[in-house]
Amino acid sequence: MISQVFILSSKGDHLIYKDFRGEAGKDAVNKFYEMVTALTGGQPPVVMKHKELHFVHIRQGGLYWVATTKADASPFTIIEFLNRLTALVKDYCGCLLEKSVQMNFALIYELLDEVVDFGYIQTTSTDILKNFIQTEAVSSKPFSLFDLSNVGLFGADTQQNKVAPSAAATRPIVSSQGEQGSKNEIFVDVIERMSVVIGANGVLMKADIEGEIRVKCYMPSCSEMRIGLNEEFSIGKSQLSGYGAAVRVDECSFHQAVRLDEFDTYRILKVCPSQGEQTVMQYQLCDDLPTAPPFRLFPSIERDSGGRYRTLFIHLPLLSLFSPSLFSSLSQELSSPDQSAELQPKNKAVHWEIPRFPGGAQLSALFKLEVSGLSAASLQEVGPVSLSFELPKYTCTGLQIRFLRLSPIQPGPSQRWVRYVTHSDSYTIRI
Amino acid sequence: MPYLGDEHTVRELRRALSNPNVQADHLRYRNTIHRVIRVMSQGQDVSGLYSEMVKACATVDIVQKKLVYVFLCSYASLNPELSLLVINTLRKDCSDHNPMVRSLALRNMCNLRLPGLSQYVQQPLTVGLKDKAACVRRVAVLGWAKIHTLQPNTEIDVAVVNELYGLLRDPDPVVMVNCLRALEEILQEEGGVAINKPIAHHLLNRLKLCDVWGQSEVLAVLQRYRPRGEDELFDILSLLDPALLSHHAPVMAATLRLFLSLCSTLPAVCMSALERARGPLLAAAGSTSRELRYAALCHIQLLLRSEPGLMGEHYKRFFCGYAEPPYIKQNKMQVLVELVNDDNVAMVLDELRGYCTDVNTETSQTAINAIGSIGRSYTDRCLAILTGLLGLKQEHITSAVLQTLRDLVWVCPQCGDAVCSALEGWEDNLQDSQGRGALLWLLGVYGDRVTGAPYLLEDCIDGVRSEVSAEVKTELLTATLRLFLSRPAETQDMMGRLLVYCIEEEVDMCVRDQALLYYRLLHCGIEEVRQVLQGGRRSDPSLGPLIGRPPEPISQWASSFNTLEPLTLGASTVGNSDHATPKPSTLTPNTLTSNAEAMTPTPGDPHLPDCSSGALSLSVSPALTPEEFERLWLQLEKGACLEVCVACPVPRCSPEGLQVALQLVNIQTLAFTPPNTHPWRVYLYTHTSHISTKTPHTLILAELLHTGGEGEKEEEEEGEEEEEGEGEEEGEKEGEKEGEEEGEKEGEGEKEGEGDKEGVEEGDGEREKEKGLLVVMRQHPGDQTALRGFLSVLTTVLHTLSTHTA
Repeated sequence: MISQVFILSSKGDHLIYKDFRGEAGKDAVNKFYEMVTALTGGQPPVVMKHKELHFVHIRQGGLYWVATTKADASPFTIIEFLNRLTALVKDYCGCLLEKSVQMNFALIYELLDEVVDFGYIQTTSTDILKNFIQTEAVSSKPFSLFDLSNVGLFGADTQQNKVAPSAAATRPIVSSQGEQGSKNEIFVDVIERMSVVIGANGVLMKADIEGEIRVKCYMPSCSEMRIGLNEEFSIGKSQLSGYGAAVRVDECSFHQAVRLDEFDTYRILKVCPSQGEQTVMQYQLCDDLPTAPPFRLFPSIERDSGGRYRTLFIHLPLLSLFSPSLFSSLSQELSSPDQSAELQPKNKAVHWEIPRFPGGAQLSALFKLEVSGLSAASLQEVGPVSLSFELPKYTCTGLQIRFLRLSPIQPGPSQRWVRYVTHSDSYTIRI
Repeated sequence: MPYLGDEHTVRELRRALSNPNVQADHLRYRNTIHRVIRVMSQGQDVSGLYSEMVKACATVDIVQKKLVYVFLCSYASLNPELSLLVINTLRKDCSDHNPMVRSLALRNMCNLRLPGLSQYVQQPLTVGLKDKAACVRRVAVLGWAKIHTLQPNTEIDVAVVNELYGLLRDPDPVVMVNCLRALEEILQEEGGVAINKPIAHHLLNRLKLCDVWGQSEVLAVLQRYRPRGEDELFDILSLLDPALLSHHAPVMAATLRLFLSLCSTLPAVCMSALERARGPLLAAAGSTSRELRYAALCHIQLLLRSEPGLMGEHYKRFFCGYAEPPYIKQNKMQVLVELVNDDNVAMVLDELRGYCTDVNTETSQTAINAIGSIGRSYTDRCLAILTGLLGLKQEHITSAVLQTLRDLVWVCPQCGDAVCSALEGWEDNLQDSQGRGALLWLLGVYGDRVTGAPYLLEDCIDGVRSEVSAEVKTELLTATLRLFLSRPAETQDMMGRLLVYCIEEEVDMCVRDQALLYYRLLHCGIEEVRQVLQGGRRSDPSLGPLIGRPPEPISQWASSFNTLEPLTLGASTVGNSDHATPKPSTLTPNTLTSNAEAMTPTPGDPHLPDCSSGALSLSVSPALTPEEFERLWLQLEKGACLEVCVACPVPRCSPEGLQVALQLVNIQTLAFTPPNTHPWRVYLYTHTSHISTKTPHTLILAELLHTGGEGEKEEEEEGEEEEEGEGEEEGEKEGEKEGEEEGEKEGEGEKEGEGDKEGVEEGDGEREKEKGLLVVMRQHPGDQTALRGFLSVLTTVLHTLSTHTA
């Protein structure tokens, strides 16, 4: 059971405080902030104890979401609850920012009131909650140049208008007035996170993919949705896949509400999505990637110890392998107009930012570092290259959504979006 | 607004709330209330607006109602009289036709937390239990639990309890789970809700209807149920089996815990349950939420204690991501160490090698330590990596490598050659005292095989004046003496200089003592020195099999599975492996040698401190005056108090010797009786703190008592008469003990320069009728682990003193 729930900003401002059981005083908030800021880097902060009170917290959106408990509760439950709470707040307020939490505090109090009673979690399902939540979300729309980029000359439709902007799914699920409310949208996202280690010799040492199909539904009522996956989708290692380009995962689990009666034969998931965001399916694949990893790097390091300065040349040609349709080789020095690179002395790292990287292209960078006391051993110290990227319209496993059908057909215009994205959880290339 | 201070804000809000124009305008009124709540959640005190808010409560606007209730519940305890006014509105709302209004009113009625109001609340609650809307029943059921916790001593209403048991069959699953929760709280003294066979089966059958939160709660309650026979047990298990694979971590963990408790007598079933839960656990360990990752990793570590091979083939899942926070990286490395086998050792070491150059120094130290632990089974590969790391010439890496090598060499003496060749031609100047200590230890032990050892030591000795760490100085003394044994010609001169400095000029008592000890030891002849310093210089090869620890039975940790304990435990082990934290108690092994003639444990053994003190650190500051000691001793008489009889004779050294020895482990002796008195007493105190956690210091007061012959009750006090008098009452109880008290004997190597006269005389040698010592400990605030830690440190000292002065 949970004694208190509170939300703090990263600077320690109290945003939300709710005491469910009256067991612990309000000073617990300050105590928590004191303890969490006193931690050194290596200490695990997730569970902390002060006298009889346990603090369990997560960090999301730059905020501390804290639950306190006196009983020896299940850590999984509390952490999952806090995660779920952040997801709910995100659903209702649109996004998880200090500002949106501040502006919607009444809504969050109302949510907490319905979600937890006397420290016991009652329900976190948006289907039930939507009957109880009355406050409307206040969404903050900061002026952004990105909004303008979608508007064509003289307001004409641009090509991009046919693609849902990436911010489309970050709005509150309930909004009664305005043109937004009339939009009956449903987003189905296939999200994959890669963690890859490539050895210095180019050998793939580890490749893990954790994927999920996430549905975000803005429709007030949606009876049934059928999601068709690739027909050649197979689970587990035992199934022999023949010669076709089979889409294989090692393990796969589904949301409780998913009905799988047509899954075995037709690979169709049937689900009645409730409002808000939910994960319909999770899957994992280890080691046996169907395709080569999307990026390849051919590093070379040279040492120039002549002259007055000792210089380390690091040459990083980076090759994207994900769609080899158009191939253009382009080698550029450090600074090109849209790329940027900087040395971060704190992390002892060179940060190279590439805003756009077309498939099949090759980029390269040459970094010159002047190092005092350069020795042969220093070369060993040049640590791995880590890539963090977001690859839209691409899945490593090859999982595709064949179709997305809503039945019965929704009255009025409804929009269905299917989006694919691959994130780098950790993409490391040894040098 | 918040900058203007509380009073101004409150005044302005009150004006707005009581403004009739605002009250008339529905939206403006609501906005004003909004502002009140905002100010409240920013932490300002707005309780002064209570009466205005009570008025605002009577409205049909549900949003406004909810806001007002948030306010009222926060400040009700400050205004019990005004709250009576609210009750009327609330009771009226309880009969509203809208179920949402009914449940809202009922919930907040109980949330006011005013014991005086419970008479008004009971009637609506009873009605609420029979309400046709499930949301009202949910609230009503928990309402009874709230009332009970407000007045825990009141008699339990049997009718209500029966009603609640009946509601377990409610069609709404949340009502059912809430009934369980309420009954657990109300019947807490009777051990919670009674789970008999029909209830258990009912709960199991309805499990699928509950959401994940309800499921984990029901599963936790079901742990108390004991099936009648094997058939029933296996029926339950097969029913629960799919839940082990749930991708909701709470459900999976609760199910696994239930499995482990149901099958505590069937280890084979437990093992297969662990194997089934492996997939979901691994998935949780790779979850997007890093807090969940951490929780899963801590639990995986628990599992590995019993089943080391469980995750073997999935070792790649525990490779660190570059963006992961250090605490997760460190946890993953600890898991990796456990998973190493012949097939994956090359990959794991390659990966760990990559972490050694991590930007975060703690992470890189953990990685180096991890390689060191793997080195116990795969020595050659690890040594190659570790010595290679020395080439990087990075301060923190070198220091961590040296410490790891020292530990490794102690366990695996066969890798001495490799270490010696690594030390050959050493020229670095380390800043870190832990690393320097390790280097000195290695130089002392392997001085005969490292050509440059005397020169390295000479540098240290030349710089001893600027040395701050006492630990390094004692290490330096020992190393120099050891080197003198193997290479006397080169070392003699500098050893003389070092001893002179340490005896004449050194201010730190324990360094000076050690130097004095060595000085006298040298007087006894080279053979004696050799015996003391090289007695157990290299470890016993038979220690080998002890390294791999045997798998623990599952029952060892099953009770802490899915609790917060493994997560906090993980915190302390990380802190423990962190060599950067100062560990004052590591002085123990070195300083104990001051009374040793033939010590079995090697001086400077890096492993001894860990077993004697765990993650506990003792400290003598802040100092306690005798008056304070007395006051606390009396005050704590009723509180945390522990009496333990230690099977340990009275130490045979002078009281001052004992004082010094205890001081070295940071236990302060405040008063003691002179030797040969009965009862013999010592009063001690120390402050303990756990190195890793941020628990506040605790103060331990202790009395050592040895009651000898009855005849000699009177004792000469040493000055602190109050304490002695105080202790007498304690002493009376042990009056029945008789024993031959013998005078204490001092070995030749003992220090006598303390200016103490009574300690020097030789006593008669018989000590056959030894009695145990009684240790009375009082503590503030209570902390059992600290007490145990303190006791183990204390007994170690006492044992060493009494066995080795013989």
